[in-house]
Amino acid sequence: MNFGDVIGQAFRLIFSLDPDLLEIIGRSFQVSLSSVVISAVVGAPLGAVIAMARFRGRGALVVVLNALMGLPPVVVGLLVYVMLSRAGPLGVFNLLFSPTAMIIAQTVLITPLIAALSRQIVEDVWQGYAEQFRSWGIRPIRAVPTVLWDARVGLMTVLLAGFGRAISEVGAVMIVGGNIDHLTRVMTTTIALETAKGDLDLAMALGLILLLMSLLVNALSHAVRRVAGPAASLARV
Amino acid sequence: MRYAGWPGRRRVSRVFENEQRSLLSLDAVTLDAGGTRLIRPVTADIPLGARTVVLGPNGAGKSLLLRLCHGLITPTSGRLEWLPGTAKAPPRQAMVFDRPVLLYRSVAANIRYPLEATRVPRREHAERLREALVFAGLEQRARQFAPTLSAGQKQRLALARAWALRPDVLFLDEPTAHLDLAATRDIETMINAIHHKLAGVILTTHDLAQARRIADHVVFVHKGKVIEWGAADSFFDRPRAPEARRFLNGELFE
Repeated sequence: MNFGDVIGQAFRLIFSLDPDLLEIIGRSFQVSLSSVVISAVVGAPLGAVIAMARFRGRGALVVVLNALMGLPPVVVGLLVYVMLSRAGPLGVFNLLFSPTAMIIAQTVLITPLIAALSRQIVEDVWQGYAEQFRSWGIRPIRAVPTVLWDARVGLMTVLLAGFGRAISEVGAVMIVGGNIDHLTRVMTTTIALETAKGDLDLAMALGLILLLMSLLVNALSHAVRRVAGPAASLARV
Repeated sequence: MRYAGWPGRRRVSRVFENEQRSLLSLDAVTLDAGGTRLIRPVTADIPLGARTVVLGPNGAGKSLLLRLCHGLITPTSGRLEWLPGTAKAPPRQAMVFDRPVLLYRSVAANIRYPLEATRVPRREHAERLREALVFAGLEQRARQFAPTLSAGQKQRLALARAWALRPDVLFLDEPTAHLDLAATRDIETMINAIHHKLAGVILTTHDLAQARRIADHVVFVHKGKVIEWGAADSFFDRPRAPEARRFLNGELFE
């Protein structure tokens, strides 16, 4: 089978809206979007507090957080696997090899990323604001929601970065999800499996969609920043 | 527009005329940072109901002195006392910075935010917002994203926003340092329009002409030290310190 045939077959699968393909894409989105939402709720305020508060060991925490941005997905998968396995501390919930386990793993993977990037963005905004808020007598901790809101444009691109990392990683979801057909198969694990099996059509179709996703995420990120430039449209009275 | 509570100029003016009461008295205030003495012992009085200009060349410590007075930084040693001789709590204060700090929100939201955050009674918000927009001359731009305003509009907004909090004392740190002549005149007009309603306006500037236009009272600062302070007329006509004379002659370069 040559390359052209594979690509052609892949497009046929995509445009015929193959039910297996759609199911896998749908699960990928379900898992990764859930992870991003949870990570955002935890990570963005965490990053903001680290950006705005002054406490002992803050510098070390920032270094650790930045280092955690590069967590290898397989290591996260392994750790979550150990936690969720029958003998593990969370074994009683019987979550291993379920989409929930995959959401947990991806959340662990991208929460540090979102927290670290949010910290940078919030810190930039807060540097401009800090003295004015001190003058108003508003304590930094009370200003956290304000600054998160005012940094919303930058934070949008952070969430997109987190989503991009979640949907494209394979190591963590493979280990804790197990790549079970009709249950825990997502785009990346399917590509790995089908390629190994030699069924390149489906793998290539999913690969193309992933590439498209990447393009879309970056285009969105760019659009968000462009809208924020003139920004008049963002103002709400 | 009158406010109750802290003694404004009108209520205290009688006292002021009789006793020359001071709004704020600094007693041997110093500031060190990293082993360097940034402010050498300052003992000075800021009079009540006046426009006090902290004057001096760049790097003299004017802004630090202003931040010490406002409480943004804590002195290393010495004491600040508001309305010395009375048991009054510190007055309500607001500050306008040389580069106005505007929130990434609309003009109106910028005015409304500190009203909400500092717990100004809700029923007063609408009226104060309207007045602030008129005061800043930005009624037509209430919905505009504040960071897109011009430099002059931004500073007018910052000043109107500070005034909307109805402070007793208004601090301004080089409010026109980055503005052109027209915008500078706007800001000075705004200051002069409200200073009668305040217990004091304290402004820093390196601009001698601006000091002459605004000051009732001058605190002259050089190299982290208050060299001379007193009524503006006598300072400008008969400066006592040699540094002050050289500054007034435009000869102070370091």
